[in-house]
Amino acid sequence: MERVTPMSDTAEKVKKIVVEHLGVEESKVTNEASFIDDLGADSLDTVELVMAFEEAFGVEIPDDAAEKITTVKDAIEYIEKQKAE
Amino acid sequence: MGIASPLGLGVERVWKRLLNAESGITAIQSFDTKDLPAKVAGPVPAGTRSEGGLDLNEWIPIKDQKKMDRFIQLALVAASEAVEDSGWMPEDEDGRCATGVMIGSGIGGLDTIYETSETVRAGKVRRLSPFFIPSALINLASGHVSIKYGFKGPNHAVVTACATGVHAIGDASRLIALGDADVMVAGGAEATINEIGIGGFCAARALSTGFNETPAQASRPWDENRDGFVMGEGAGVLVLEEYEHAKKRGAKIYAEVIGYGMSGDAYHITAPPDNGDGAYRAMKAAMRSARLEPEQVQYVNAHGTSTFADDVELGAVERMFGDAARSVAMSSTKSAIGHLLGAAGAVEGIFSILSIRDQVAPPTLNLDKPSRASVIDRVAKEAQPRRIEVALSNSFGFGGTNASILFRGAP
Repeated sequence: MERVTPMSDTAEKVKKIVVEHLGVEESKVTNEASFIDDLGADSLDTVELVMAFEEAFGVEIPDDAAEKITTVKDAIEYIEKQKAE
Repeated sequence: MGIASPLGLGVERVWKRLLNAESGITAIQSFDTKDLPAKVAGPVPAGTRSEGGLDLNEWIPIKDQKKMDRFIQLALVAASEAVEDSGWMPEDEDGRCATGVMIGSGIGGLDTIYETSETVRAGKVRRLSPFFIPSALINLASGHVSIKYGFKGPNHAVVTACATGVHAIGDASRLIALGDADVMVAGGAEATINEIGIGGFCAARALSTGFNETPAQASRPWDENRDGFVMGEGAGVLVLEEYEHAKKRGAKIYAEVIGYGMSGDAYHITAPPDNGDGAYRAMKAAMRSARLEPEQVQYVNAHGTSTFADDVELGAVERMFGDAARSVAMSSTKSAIGHLLGAAGAVEGIFSILSIRDQVAPPTLNLDKPSRASVIDRVAKEAQPRRIEVALSNSFGFGGTNASILFRGAP
Protein backbone atom coordinates (compact mmCIF):
# COMPACT_ATOMS: atom_id res chain seq x y z
CA MET A 1 0.00 0.00 0.00
CA GLU A 2 1.19 3.52 -0.79
CA ARG A 3 2.05 5.16 2.49
CA VAL A 4 2.34 8.72 1.35
CA THR A 5 -0.55 10.26 -0.50
CA PRO A 6 -0.30 13.89 -1.58
CA MET A 7 -3.14 14.96 0.65
CA SER A 8 -2.31 12.96 3.80
CA ASP A 9 -2.63 14.81 7.12
CA THR A 10 1.07 14.40 7.73
CA ALA A 11 1.98 15.88 4.38
CA GLU A 12 -0.25 18.85 4.95
CA LYS A 13 1.16 19.47 8.42
CA VAL A 14 4.77 19.08 7.26
CA LYS A 15 4.24 21.56 4.46
CA LYS A 16 2.63 24.04 6.81
CA ILE A 17 5.63 23.85 9.14
CA VAL A 18 8.02 24.33 6.22
CA VAL A 19 6.09 27.37 5.01
CA GLU A 20 6.12 28.91 8.48
CA HIS A 21 9.74 28.26 9.31
CA LEU A 22 11.34 29.06 5.99
CA GLY A 23 8.98 31.87 5.05
CA VAL A 24 8.41 30.45 1.56
CA GLU A 25 5.29 30.36 -0.56
CA GLU A 26 3.12 27.29 -0.20
CA SER A 27 3.21 26.56 -3.93
CA LYS A 28 6.98 26.08 -3.77
CA VAL A 29 6.73 23.42 -1.08
CA THR A 30 6.32 20.43 -3.38
CA ASN A 31 7.14 16.87 -2.36
CA GLU A 32 10.37 16.97 -4.34
CA ALA A 33 11.52 20.36 -3.03
CA SER A 34 14.89 20.29 -1.29
CA PHE A 35 15.08 22.43 1.84
CA ILE A 36 18.50 23.77 0.98
CA ASP A 37 18.56 23.78 -2.83
CA ASP A 38 14.99 24.87 -3.52
CA LEU A 39 13.63 26.54 -0.40
CA GLY A 40 16.56 28.70 0.65
CA ALA A 41 17.30 27.01 3.96
CA ASP A 42 20.77 26.86 5.48
CA SER A 43 22.10 24.11 7.73
CA LEU A 44 20.83 25.85 10.89
CA ASP A 45 17.37 26.23 9.36
CA THR A 46 17.24 22.48 8.70
CA VAL A 47 18.20 21.72 12.30
CA GLU A 48 15.38 23.91 13.50
CA LEU A 49 12.98 22.42 10.99
CA VAL A 50 13.67 18.89 12.23
CA MET A 51 13.09 20.07 15.80
CA ALA A 52 9.78 21.56 14.73
CA PHE A 53 8.78 18.22 13.16
CA GLU A 54 9.71 16.40 16.36
CA GLU A 55 7.62 18.77 18.42
CA ALA A 56 4.61 18.76 16.10
CA PHE A 57 4.43 15.00 15.58
CA GLY A 58 5.73 13.80 18.93
CA VAL A 59 8.46 11.75 17.28
CA GLU A 60 12.19 11.57 17.80
CA ILE A 61 14.44 12.09 14.85
CA PRO A 62 18.03 11.13 15.71
CA ASP A 63 20.85 13.11 14.12
CA ASP A 64 21.85 10.40 11.64
CA ALA A 65 18.27 10.17 10.38
CA ALA A 66 17.90 13.96 10.32
CA GLU A 67 20.90 14.22 8.02
CA LYS A 68 19.08 12.15 5.42
CA ILE A 69 15.95 14.30 5.48
CA THR A 70 16.75 16.76 2.73
CA THR A 71 13.42 17.09 0.91
CA VAL A 72 9.80 17.58 1.89
CA LYS A 73 9.08 14.02 0.80
CA ASP A 74 11.90 12.65 2.98
CA ALA A 75 10.34 14.33 6.00
CA ILE A 76 6.82 13.10 5.27
CA GLU A 77 7.97 9.53 4.70
CA TYR A 78 10.12 9.42 7.80
CA ILE A 79 7.37 10.76 10.03
CA GLU A 80 4.70 8.47 8.56
CA LYS A 81 6.98 5.51 9.11
CA GLN A 82 7.66 6.51 12.72
CA LYS A 83 3.97 6.96 13.40
CA ALA A 84 3.14 3.58 11.89
CA GLU A 85 5.58 1.79 14.18
CA MET B 1 22.24 58.58 10.85
CA GLY B 2 19.54 56.33 12.29
CA ILE B 3 17.73 56.05 15.62
CA ALA B 4 15.34 53.63 17.29
CA SER B 5 14.43 55.02 20.71
CA PRO B 6 11.72 55.42 23.33
CA LEU B 7 10.69 58.56 21.43
CA GLY B 8 10.13 56.42 18.34
CA LEU B 9 11.94 55.67 15.12
CA GLY B 10 13.64 58.10 12.80
CA VAL B 11 16.24 60.77 13.54
CA GLU B 12 14.14 63.79 12.62
CA ARG B 13 11.04 62.65 14.46
CA VAL B 14 12.94 61.74 17.64
CA TRP B 15 14.89 65.01 17.57
CA LYS B 16 11.73 67.06 17.13
CA ARG B 17 10.02 65.31 20.03
CA LEU B 18 13.13 65.77 22.16
CA LEU B 19 13.19 69.52 21.47
CA ASN B 20 9.48 69.63 22.35
CA ALA B 21 10.42 68.26 25.79
CA GLU B 22 8.41 65.07 25.29
CA SER B 23 9.20 61.97 27.36
CA GLY B 24 9.40 58.37 26.15
CA ILE B 25 9.24 56.90 29.65
CA THR B 26 6.18 54.80 30.50
CA ALA B 27 4.97 52.17 32.95
CA ILE B 28 6.40 48.75 32.07
CA GLN B 29 3.74 46.68 30.29
CA SER B 30 5.79 43.88 28.81
CA PHE B 31 5.98 41.85 32.02
CA ASP B 32 4.59 41.82 35.54
CA THR B 33 6.55 44.19 37.79
CA LYS B 34 4.72 43.46 41.04
CA ASP B 35 7.81 42.00 42.72
CA LEU B 36 10.16 44.70 41.43
CA PRO B 37 10.68 48.13 43.00
CA ALA B 38 11.29 49.77 39.57
CA LYS B 39 8.21 49.81 37.36
CA VAL B 40 9.01 52.32 34.61
CA ALA B 41 11.15 52.14 31.47
CA GLY B 42 11.56 53.53 27.98
CA PRO B 43 10.61 50.89 25.40
CA VAL B 44 10.72 51.53 21.67
CA PRO B 45 7.01 52.14 20.95
CA ALA B 46 5.15 49.72 18.71
CA GLY B 47 3.42 51.09 15.63
CA THR B 48 3.89 51.58 11.93
CA ARG B 49 6.96 53.13 10.36
CA SER B 50 4.92 56.06 9.07
CA GLU B 51 3.79 56.92 12.60
CA GLY B 52 7.30 56.49 13.98
CA GLY B 53 6.70 53.17 15.72
CA LEU B 54 8.29 49.77 15.35
CA ASP B 55 6.61 47.01 13.36
CA LEU B 56 9.39 44.49 12.80
CA ASN B 57 7.65 43.04 9.77
CA GLU B 58 8.34 46.28 7.93
CA TRP B 59 12.07 45.88 8.50
CA ILE B 60 13.10 42.23 8.82
CA PRO B 61 11.68 39.14 7.04
CA ILE B 62 9.59 37.12 9.51
CA LYS B 63 11.71 34.01 9.13
CA ASP B 64 14.84 35.98 10.08
CA GLN B 65 13.34 37.71 13.12
CA LYS B 66 13.62 34.61 15.28
CA LYS B 67 17.30 34.31 14.45
CA MET B 68 18.21 37.51 16.27
CA ASP B 69 17.67 39.01 19.68
CA ARG B 70 15.78 42.28 19.94
CA PHE B 71 19.00 44.30 20.32
CA ILE B 72 20.08 43.07 16.87
CA GLN B 73 16.65 43.86 15.43
CA LEU B 74 16.89 47.41 16.77
CA ALA B 75 20.43 47.72 15.39
CA LEU B 76 19.20 46.66 11.95
CA VAL B 77 16.37 49.21 12.06
CA ALA B 78 18.72 52.08 12.99
CA ALA B 79 21.40 50.91 10.55
CA SER B 80 18.86 50.76 7.71
CA GLU B 81 17.88 54.36 8.31
CA ALA B 82 21.52 55.43 8.61
CA VAL B 83 22.70 53.65 5.45
CA GLU B 84 19.75 54.93 3.42
CA ASP B 85 20.35 58.45 4.74
CA SER B 86 24.05 58.28 3.80
CA GLY B 87 23.31 57.18 0.25
CA TRP B 88 26.38 54.92 0.42
CA MET B 89 25.62 51.70 -1.43
CA PRO B 90 28.94 50.56 -2.90
CA GLU B 91 28.46 48.80 -6.21
CA ASP B 92 31.95 47.39 -6.63
CA GLU B 93 33.98 44.97 -4.57
CA ASP B 94 36.59 47.58 -3.63
CA GLY B 95 33.89 49.82 -2.19
CA ARG B 96 32.34 46.97 -0.24
CA CYS B 97 35.71 45.90 1.16
CA ALA B 98 36.45 49.46 2.27
CA THR B 99 33.19 49.65 4.24
CA GLY B 100 33.13 48.20 7.75
CA VAL B 101 30.69 47.88 10.62
CA MET B 102 31.24 48.49 14.33
CA ILE B 103 27.99 48.29 16.27
CA GLY B 104 28.34 47.33 19.90
CA SER B 105 26.10 46.56 22.84
CA GLY B 106 26.53 46.76 26.57
CA ILE B 107 24.87 43.48 27.46
CA GLY B 108 23.73 41.78 24.24
CA GLY B 109 21.03 39.16 23.86
CA LEU B 110 19.69 39.12 27.39
CA ASP B 111 16.10 38.26 26.35
CA THR B 112 17.35 35.32 24.35
CA ILE B 113 19.65 34.04 27.09
CA TYR B 114 16.86 34.38 29.64
CA GLU B 115 14.30 32.51 27.54
CA THR B 116 16.76 29.83 26.58
CA SER B 117 17.72 29.18 30.18
CA GLU B 118 14.02 28.65 30.92
CA THR B 119 14.00 25.89 28.30
CA VAL B 120 17.01 24.27 29.95
CA ARG B 121 15.40 24.58 33.38
CA ALA B 122 12.34 22.78 32.02
CA GLY B 123 14.57 19.81 31.18
CA LYS B 124 14.57 20.44 27.45
CA VAL B 125 18.22 21.09 26.80
CA ARG B 126 17.99 19.07 23.58
CA ARG B 127 15.32 21.45 22.29
CA LEU B 128 17.44 24.59 22.19
CA SER B 129 17.24 26.57 18.99
CA PRO B 130 20.23 26.36 16.66
CA PHE B 131 19.88 30.13 16.50
CA PHE B 132 20.33 30.66 20.24
CA ILE B 133 24.06 31.46 20.15
CA PRO B 134 24.09 33.65 17.02
CA SER B 135 21.02 35.44 18.36
CA ALA B 136 22.69 36.38 21.63
CA LEU B 137 26.21 37.27 20.50
CA ILE B 138 26.97 40.98 20.65
CA ASN B 139 28.97 41.15 17.41
CA LEU B 140 26.06 39.67 15.45
CA ALA B 141 24.57 43.17 15.22
CA SER B 142 27.57 44.10 13.10
CA GLY B 143 27.36 40.71 11.41
CA HIS B 144 23.74 41.11 10.33
CA VAL B 145 24.29 44.66 9.08
CA SER B 146 27.29 43.55 7.02
CA ILE B 147 25.35 40.61 5.57
CA LYS B 148 22.37 42.77 4.69
CA TYR B 149 24.43 45.38 2.84
CA GLY B 150 27.44 43.37 1.72
CA PHE B 151 29.89 45.52 3.70
CA LYS B 152 33.09 43.47 3.75
CA GLY B 153 35.49 45.77 5.59
CA PRO B 154 36.43 45.58 9.29
CA ASN B 155 33.66 43.84 11.23
CA HIS B 156 33.96 44.65 14.88
CA ALA B 157 31.92 45.20 18.03
CA VAL B 158 32.53 47.30 21.10
CA VAL B 159 31.49 46.07 24.55
CA THR B 160 32.10 48.70 27.22
CA ALA B 161 28.80 48.80 29.09
CA CYS B 162 27.26 52.28 28.96
CA ALA B 163 30.26 53.77 27.15
CA THR B 164 29.83 51.42 24.17
CA GLY B 165 28.21 53.93 21.80
CA VAL B 166 30.91 56.58 22.17
CA HIS B 167 33.69 54.01 21.96
CA ALA B 168 32.16 52.63 18.76
CA ILE B 169 32.03 56.05 17.08
CA GLY B 170 35.51 56.95 18.31
CA ASP B 171 37.17 53.64 17.48
CA ALA B 172 35.49 53.49 14.06
CA SER B 173 36.67 57.00 13.24
CA ARG B 174 40.20 55.94 14.19
CA LEU B 175 39.99 52.90 11.91
CA ILE B 176 39.19 55.30 9.09
CA ALA B 177 42.03 57.61 10.13
CA LEU B 178 44.41 54.61 10.14
CA GLY B 179 43.29 53.60 6.66
CA ASP B 180 41.59 50.34 7.61
CA ALA B 181 38.35 51.52 5.99
CA ASP B 182 36.92 54.46 4.05
CA VAL B 183 33.48 54.10 5.55
CA MET B 184 32.36 52.68 8.91
CA VAL B 185 28.80 52.04 10.03
CA ALA B 186 29.12 52.60 13.77
CA GLY B 187 26.92 52.72 16.83
CA GLY B 188 25.30 50.80 19.65
CA ALA B 189 22.15 48.83 20.38
CA GLU B 190 20.49 47.60 23.56
CA ALA B 191 17.29 45.80 24.57
CA THR B 192 17.22 44.71 28.19
CA ILE B 193 13.79 45.76 29.43
CA ASN B 194 12.96 42.35 30.83
CA GLU B 195 12.81 40.78 34.28
CA ILE B 196 16.49 40.02 34.65
CA GLY B 197 17.58 43.31 33.11
CA ILE B 198 15.38 45.43 35.35
CA GLY B 199 15.83 43.04 38.30
CA GLY B 200 19.61 43.05 37.94
CA PHE B 201 19.94 46.82 37.94
CA CYS B 202 17.43 47.01 40.80
CA ALA B 203 19.66 44.68 42.79
CA ALA B 204 22.55 47.07 42.14
CA ARG B 205 20.29 49.88 43.48
CA ALA B 206 20.77 51.75 40.23
CA LEU B 207 17.19 52.33 39.05
CA SER B 208 14.61 54.97 39.94
CA THR B 209 11.84 53.58 42.13
CA GLY B 210 10.12 56.68 43.47
CA PHE B 211 8.24 57.81 40.35
CA ASN B 212 6.35 54.67 39.38
CA GLU B 213 3.07 56.59 39.27
CA THR B 214 4.53 59.43 37.19
CA PRO B 215 6.88 57.73 34.69
CA ALA B 216 7.66 60.88 32.67
CA GLN B 217 9.17 62.43 35.82
CA ALA B 218 11.36 59.48 36.78
CA SER B 219 14.49 60.46 34.86
CA ARG B 220 15.65 63.78 36.36
CA PRO B 221 19.39 64.34 35.99
CA TRP B 222 20.94 66.73 38.56
CA ASP B 223 17.58 67.30 40.24
CA GLU B 224 17.59 67.07 44.03
CA ASN B 225 14.83 64.43 43.96
CA ARG B 226 16.52 62.09 41.47
CA ASP B 227 16.72 58.51 42.70
CA GLY B 228 18.26 56.39 39.97
CA PHE B 229 18.29 55.90 36.23
CA VAL B 230 15.43 54.73 34.03
CA MET B 231 16.21 51.95 31.60
CA GLY B 232 15.54 52.65 27.95
CA GLU B 233 16.12 50.54 24.87
CA GLY B 234 17.02 51.34 21.30
CA ALA B 235 19.84 51.82 18.85
CA GLY B 236 21.81 54.63 17.29
CA VAL B 237 23.87 54.19 14.14
CA LEU B 238 26.05 56.68 12.23
CA VAL B 239 27.79 56.33 8.91
CA LEU B 240 31.33 57.66 9.33
CA GLU B 241 33.35 58.39 6.25
CA GLU B 242 36.79 59.62 5.33
CA TYR B 243 36.37 63.31 4.45
CA GLU B 244 37.74 63.29 0.89
CA HIS B 245 35.78 60.10 0.15
CA ALA B 246 32.56 61.74 1.31
CA LYS B 247 33.29 64.98 -0.52
CA LYS B 248 34.10 63.19 -3.75
CA ARG B 249 30.76 61.44 -3.88
CA GLY B 250 28.83 64.55 -2.80
CA ALA B 251 27.61 62.97 0.44
CA LYS B 252 25.40 64.80 2.89
CA ILE B 253 27.82 65.66 5.71
CA TYR B 254 26.30 66.40 9.12
CA ALA B 255 29.45 66.87 11.13
CA GLU B 256 33.06 65.98 11.62
CA VAL B 257 34.51 63.85 14.42
CA ILE B 258 37.34 66.07 15.61
CA GLY B 259 38.35 64.57 18.94
CA TYR B 260 38.10 61.38 20.98
CA GLY B 261 39.37 60.52 24.42
CA MET B 262 39.27 57.50 26.72
CA SER B 263 40.24 56.70 30.27
CA GLY B 264 39.82 54.17 33.06
CA ASP B 265 38.96 54.90 36.69
CA ALA B 266 40.84 51.95 38.24
CA TYR B 267 38.55 52.46 41.20
CA HIS B 268 35.27 50.51 41.55
CA ILE B 269 33.11 48.15 39.47
CA THR B 270 30.02 50.39 39.36
CA ALA B 271 30.83 53.78 40.91
CA PRO B 272 33.08 56.63 39.80
CA PRO B 273 35.50 58.25 42.26
CA ASP B 274 34.04 61.36 43.91
CA ASN B 275 36.51 63.65 42.18
CA GLY B 276 35.42 62.45 38.71
CA ASP B 277 39.02 62.22 37.63
CA GLY B 278 38.40 59.53 35.02
CA ALA B 279 35.68 61.60 33.35
CA TYR B 280 37.97 64.63 33.43
CA ARG B 281 40.85 62.73 31.85
CA ALA B 282 38.61 61.34 29.07
CA MET B 283 37.39 64.84 28.20
CA LYS B 284 40.92 66.22 28.43
CA ALA B 285 42.19 63.53 26.06
CA ALA B 286 39.42 64.32 23.58
CA MET B 287 40.26 68.04 23.75
CA ARG B 288 43.94 67.28 23.26
CA SER B 289 43.30 65.11 20.21
CA ALA B 290 41.17 67.91 18.73
CA ARG B 291 43.73 70.57 19.73
CA LEU B 292 40.91 72.66 21.18
CA GLU B 293 40.73 75.09 24.08
CA PRO B 294 37.71 74.88 26.44
CA GLU B 295 36.17 78.14 25.19
CA GLN B 296 35.84 76.57 21.73
CA VAL B 297 33.21 74.09 22.96
CA GLN B 298 29.65 75.39 23.42
CA TYR B 299 27.56 72.30 24.20
CA VAL B 300 28.04 69.17 26.31
CA ASN B 301 25.70 66.21 26.06
CA ALA B 302 26.29 64.78 29.51
CA HIS B 303 26.29 61.16 30.57
CA GLY B 304 23.88 62.43 33.30
CA THR B 305 21.99 59.26 34.22
CA SER B 306 19.83 60.67 37.04
CA THR B 307 21.96 59.09 39.77
CA PHE B 308 24.31 60.44 42.45
CA ALA B 309 27.08 60.36 39.82
CA ASP B 310 25.52 63.32 37.96
CA ASP B 311 27.24 65.72 40.34
CA VAL B 312 30.53 63.87 39.93
CA GLU B 313 30.36 64.49 36.19
CA LEU B 314 29.31 68.09 36.81
CA GLY B 315 32.43 68.62 38.91
CA ALA B 316 34.62 67.07 36.22
CA VAL B 317 33.08 69.27 33.50
CA GLU B 318 33.57 72.39 35.65
CA ARG B 319 37.20 71.43 36.16
CA MET B 320 37.63 70.76 32.45
CA PHE B 321 36.15 74.07 31.32
CA GLY B 322 37.45 76.34 34.07
CA ASP B 323 36.45 79.95 33.35
CA ALA B 324 34.79 78.87 30.10
CA ALA B 325 32.19 76.90 32.09
CA ARG B 326 30.01 80.01 32.23
CA SER B 327 29.45 80.00 28.51
CA VAL B 328 28.81 76.30 28.01
CA ALA B 329 25.41 74.60 27.94
CA MET B 330 25.16 71.04 29.21
CA SER B 331 22.07 68.86 29.11
CA SER B 332 21.18 65.25 29.71
CA THR B 333 18.84 63.86 27.07
CA LYS B 334 18.46 60.74 29.23
CA SER B 335 15.83 62.82 31.00
CA ALA B 336 13.57 62.17 27.98
CA ILE B 337 14.57 58.71 26.75
CA GLY B 338 16.12 57.09 29.82
CA HIS B 339 19.44 55.29 29.75
CA LEU B 340 19.95 53.24 26.60
CA LEU B 341 23.07 51.61 28.07
CA GLY B 342 25.22 50.45 25.13
CA ALA B 343 23.14 52.50 22.68
CA ALA B 344 23.22 55.69 24.79
CA GLY B 345 26.46 57.13 23.47
CA ALA B 346 25.48 56.58 19.84
CA VAL B 347 22.02 58.13 20.17
CA GLU B 348 23.43 61.01 22.22
CA GLY B 349 26.21 61.49 19.68
CA ILE B 350 23.50 61.98 17.05
CA PHE B 351 21.74 64.50 19.32
CA SER B 352 25.05 66.35 19.76
CA ILE B 353 25.49 66.54 16.00
CA LEU B 354 21.94 67.83 15.54
CA SER B 355 22.51 70.45 18.25
CA ILE B 356 25.22 71.87 15.98
CA ARG B 357 23.13 71.59 12.81
CA ASP B 358 20.12 73.33 14.34
CA GLN B 359 21.97 75.60 16.78
CA VAL B 360 19.87 74.47 19.73
CA ALA B 361 20.64 72.72 23.01
CA PRO B 362 18.07 70.00 23.81
CA PRO B 363 16.50 70.23 27.28
CA THR B 364 17.06 68.42 30.56
CA LEU B 365 13.54 67.43 31.58
CA ASN B 366 12.41 67.41 35.20
CA LEU B 367 15.27 69.56 36.43
CA ASP B 368 13.18 71.43 38.99
CA LYS B 369 15.89 72.17 41.50
CA PRO B 370 19.50 71.10 41.04
CA SER B 371 21.03 69.33 44.02
CA ARG B 372 24.11 71.45 43.47
CA ALA B 373 24.44 74.92 41.99
CA SER B 374 26.76 75.48 39.05
CA VAL B 375 27.72 78.22 36.62
CA ILE B 376 27.02 75.72 33.86
CA ASP B 377 23.61 76.16 32.24
CA ARG B 378 21.95 72.75 32.32
CA VAL B 379 19.13 73.69 29.94
CA ALA B 380 16.35 72.94 32.40
CA LYS B 381 13.04 71.84 30.91
CA GLU B 382 13.13 73.78 27.64
CA ALA B 383 15.37 73.63 24.60
CA GLN B 384 17.59 76.70 24.16
CA PRO B 385 18.63 78.25 20.87
CA ARG B 386 22.40 78.74 21.17
CA ARG B 387 25.42 79.27 19.02
CA ILE B 388 27.03 75.82 18.90
CA GLU B 389 30.13 75.16 16.79
CA VAL B 390 31.54 72.24 18.73
CA ALA B 391 29.72 69.70 20.90
CA LEU B 392 31.16 67.23 23.38
CA SER B 393 29.41 63.99 24.31
CA ASN B 394 30.29 61.92 27.38
CA SER B 395 29.60 58.28 28.23
CA PHE B 396 30.83 56.36 31.23
CA GLY B 397 30.39 52.67 31.94
CA PHE B 398 30.50 50.08 34.70
CA GLY B 399 34.01 48.88 35.20
CA GLY B 400 35.22 52.47 35.31
CA THR B 401 35.41 53.05 31.56
CA ASN B 402 35.06 56.62 30.25
CA ALA B 403 34.78 58.02 26.74
CA SER B 404 34.33 61.50 25.33
CA ILE B 405 33.86 62.55 21.75
CA LEU B 406 33.93 65.93 20.01
CA PHE B 407 31.95 66.93 16.92
CA ARG B 408 32.19 70.04 14.78
CA GLY B 409 29.74 71.18 12.12
CA ALA B 410 30.23 70.12 8.51
CA PRO B 411 33.33 71.82 7.08
